[in-house]
Amino acid sequence: MSAAARTDWRTRAQDWLPKLVLAPSLAVTLLFVYGFILFTVVLSFTGSRMLPRYDFVGFTNYAKLFALEHWWTAIGNIAIFATLYIGICTAIGLVLAIFLDQKIRGEGVLRPIYLYPMALSFIVTGTAWKWFLDPGIGLERTMHLWGWESFSFTWIKDSEMAIYTIVIAAVWQTSGFVMAMFLAGLRGIDNEILKAAQIDGASGFALYRRIVIPILRPAFLSAFVILFHLAIKSYDLVIALTGGGPGRATELPATFMYSYTFTRNQMGIGASSAVIMLMTIAAIMVPYLYAELKERR
Amino acid sequence: MAEVEIRALRKSYGSVAVVHGVDVDIADGQFVVLVGPSGCGKSTLLRMIAGLEGITGGTIRIGGRVVNNLPPAERDIAMVFQNYALYPHKTVAANMGFPLRMKGMAKPEIEARVAKAAAILGLEPYLARYPRELSGGQRQRVAMGRAIVRDPQVFLFDEPLSNLDAKLRVQMRSEIRELHQRLGTTTVYVTHDQIEAMTMADRIVVMRDGHIAQVGAPLEVYDRPANVFVAGFIGSPAMNLLPATVAGGGEVEVGGTRLAAPEVAGLAPGTAVTYGVRPEHLDLADTGLAARVAVVEPTGSETHLVLHMEGRDLVAVLRDRLAIRPGDTVRLAPRAGLHHVFDATSGVRIG
Amino acid sequence: MAVASQDNAVQTGRAARVFVYLVLLLFALFYLLPLYVMGVNSVKPLEEITGGRMMSLPETFTLAPWASAWSTAQIGVEPTGLRPYFINSLLMVVPAVAISTVIGALNGYVLTKWRFRGDTIIFALMLFGCFIPFQIVLIPMALVLGKLGLAGSVPGLVLVHVVYGIGFTTLYYRNYYAAFPTELVRAAMIDGAGFFQIFWRIMLPVSGPITVVSVIWQFTNIWNDFLFGASFGGTSQPMTVALNNLVQSSTGVKEYNVHFAGAILAALPTLIVYVVAGRYFVRGLMAGSVKG
Repeated sequence: MSAAARTDWRTRAQDWLPKLVLAPSLAVTLLFVYGFILFTVVLSFTGSRMLPRYDFVGFTNYAKLFALEHWWTAIGNIAIFATLYIGICTAIGLVLAIFLDQKIRGEGVLRPIYLYPMALSFIVTGTAWKWFLDPGIGLERTMHLWGWESFSFTWIKDSEMAIYTIVIAAVWQTSGFVMAMFLAGLRGIDNEILKAAQIDGASGFALYRRIVIPILRPAFLSAFVILFHLAIKSYDLVIALTGGGPGRATELPATFMYSYTFTRNQMGIGASSAVIMLMTIAAIMVPYLYAELKERR
Repeated sequence: MAEVEIRALRKSYGSVAVVHGVDVDIADGQFVVLVGPSGCGKSTLLRMIAGLEGITGGTIRIGGRVVNNLPPAERDIAMVFQNYALYPHKTVAANMGFPLRMKGMAKPEIEARVAKAAAILGLEPYLARYPRELSGGQRQRVAMGRAIVRDPQVFLFDEPLSNLDAKLRVQMRSEIRELHQRLGTTTVYVTHDQIEAMTMADRIVVMRDGHIAQVGAPLEVYDRPANVFVAGFIGSPAMNLLPATVAGGGEVEVGGTRLAAPEVAGLAPGTAVTYGVRPEHLDLADTGLAARVAVVEPTGSETHLVLHMEGRDLVAVLRDRLAIRPGDTVRLAPRAGLHHVFDATSGVRIG
Repeated sequence: MAVASQDNAVQTGRAARVFVYLVLLLFALFYLLPLYVMGVNSVKPLEEITGGRMMSLPETFTLAPWASAWSTAQIGVEPTGLRPYFINSLLMVVPAVAISTVIGALNGYVLTKWRFRGDTIIFALMLFGCFIPFQIVLIPMALVLGKLGLAGSVPGLVLVHVVYGIGFTTLYYRNYYAAFPTELVRAAMIDGAGFFQIFWRIMLPVSGPITVVSVIWQFTNIWNDFLFGASFGGTSQPMTVALNNLVQSSTGVKEYNVHFAGAILAALPTLIVYVVAGRYFVRGLMAGSVKG
């Protein structure tokens, strides 16, 4: 081989080498994400029960799904849970971030305290709160022992209220993380803008309402997207905290899908519920990712 | 040492062409500056010479060898980048020695070469430092050091001074010039700053929209701009370009005033042309262009006048200190023979 | 976060300041309470807990619940304690984190420094994969793991976690490398370095901060995962699944102190990682989060 031909080959190698390096990840993604999604979508149109079957039944599974009371319970619960979880996490996160940004002594101690729950699994979180909220031994019992005999806190045993205990535990786990996102946003604001606003007469509450919070818009969006997808994916916490109960009172789509597919052998219906979950997340994530990636080109 | 020969060079990204068939010849040891406004394709051209961009069409030869398909490292070139591109985790010595290490050179020789380059650039006290511990000018010198240790056939500079402050820029300008005189290596230098181009180049290549607008020695480009674009781009303050018509008898009419322009003698009276005159070639006189003074800017050594003439701005640079005030009307006469005439539609120089 | 505290603070009155501190301290209490409760009750004998004094310090200090949780507690049907599951989790998490981080770094490098037509679409496809509800892949994944003979094994879990982790690691490295001057890569090319040499000698030496982020993120996510572990763990279940089995077991007396010791054991690795390197994590996360 002549020297010129050899270097020519090497130039071309530099051309395809990057693509070769990326190829396995792309292949794996196409198969394990998109191939699998496709497979589940196909299953949702079949009469699969314990094992996949390929007898197409049209939209029967979806019709059955939306006729199930359990599914509607799950939908109602996820609506309550997602709304409160996102709303409360955002509110707490924002307040803590703004308060922490007031030149607080001991910020270095407080910040890790707010953040550490994020390092725990939902199973651990659920275990801790399950016990804490248990009227027999937890908070209620303690209050009684401390002399507040009439104190009553039995939400976890109450099928009307149990879903709110999941909100409490989930907020405990994630709100510190949201605080960190807002704090980073606050610290990223150009100091001159704040000085200018103060010179323009905005101070205290007005400064935050009119200047700071509008500037934090991107942080709000990121927080919303992250919390939204966490809410839809919530599974472990319910398993650990209430096991979906009392009865089926705290069923969420994620737990519904699992129990229909793997314990009740209704794979077709389970698949169709998974497809609904995916579509919900995609409705938020696809426009968000599109905007994010387009902006950067 | 080598000459660089560029023939019919083209570059497109998909359907967007950014360099349209460019020919440049750079003689051995010459210092050539590519200059033009941003987006004119000068940096793309430089990167194609370096091998950092693929070539869509045409050929590049360095020292007689076609390098179209050679990777950058095998083109025998060295490049200095705008942001210096120093490796932040390596010391000055390691930064300068990196290209030699990549070549598989023995350690003692690397050290010897780095020491030699450091001596040339006055970098000996800084060899053990990291880039973050250096000032802008020192970083610039390290970047040049990394280029010269390789003893390449061609140096490529991509706007190397644009991140320095004004004073340092002037100093580095002469340092780079001096280095070139000392080493005599063929150099291609990209800048958007026409003063850098004028002061440093043996030859200037003015580019616009992916085409070459003019090639020539600095004063040649200044004295005889080939077209309206070059006329307006080279020189500061920029040349006054005024719409005019051929009046016959070797004269043109500009805003009601007749001015001598022998080069238009062959054109039919009434033909539209562009009349150009540099601000420093206007003198106060009793005849000439009548204009109202809008701003007077004394710079100390000279006086800049911004004037309005029939809705157009006109700039004049006068050597004297004058008692002119805004609102005054003055007459300005172009110096004999120091004007330019261009075709009104094509913009090409006449005469 | 090492973001320097700026002079952003608005001048506030004394009363407002007291209020701010009060709120901050109350929330600190809210976040610390469950940990405190788990901690003190894991070193009490069971009678003290069922007596109802969950807030008080132990009258009799005992490490027996920890010993039991670690080595003798009933998990499912076997009295093995959590130890074997802890080992399963370690065997799963170490290779999964290492592999997904290395792949993410290479992907990020290609996607920022060797860009080509369609690279953003490939990245978008990978990124979306991080956000899907994993229920959508559970059924086919179970079938594929079965076909590959990896069902119920640690290598199977490693595969699953690598596949669904590379989206995040790629995101982190891509955002980090995007801010890294491309000029340096060009300079290295001119200096004669090839694709892997540039990665090894130029990119990796400056990748410390983002590698910390990627490793912590992956470690936390994989260690804390429950869904995949419960679905595909089989005989190699990870710690989270075992803890859930321990806590939810309906047979016999509920040994709360053992449950707490077990919960702390399950949380310990991520807590330690968080305490040791949390600062770097948050700092890097902010630099490389979705909003880059």
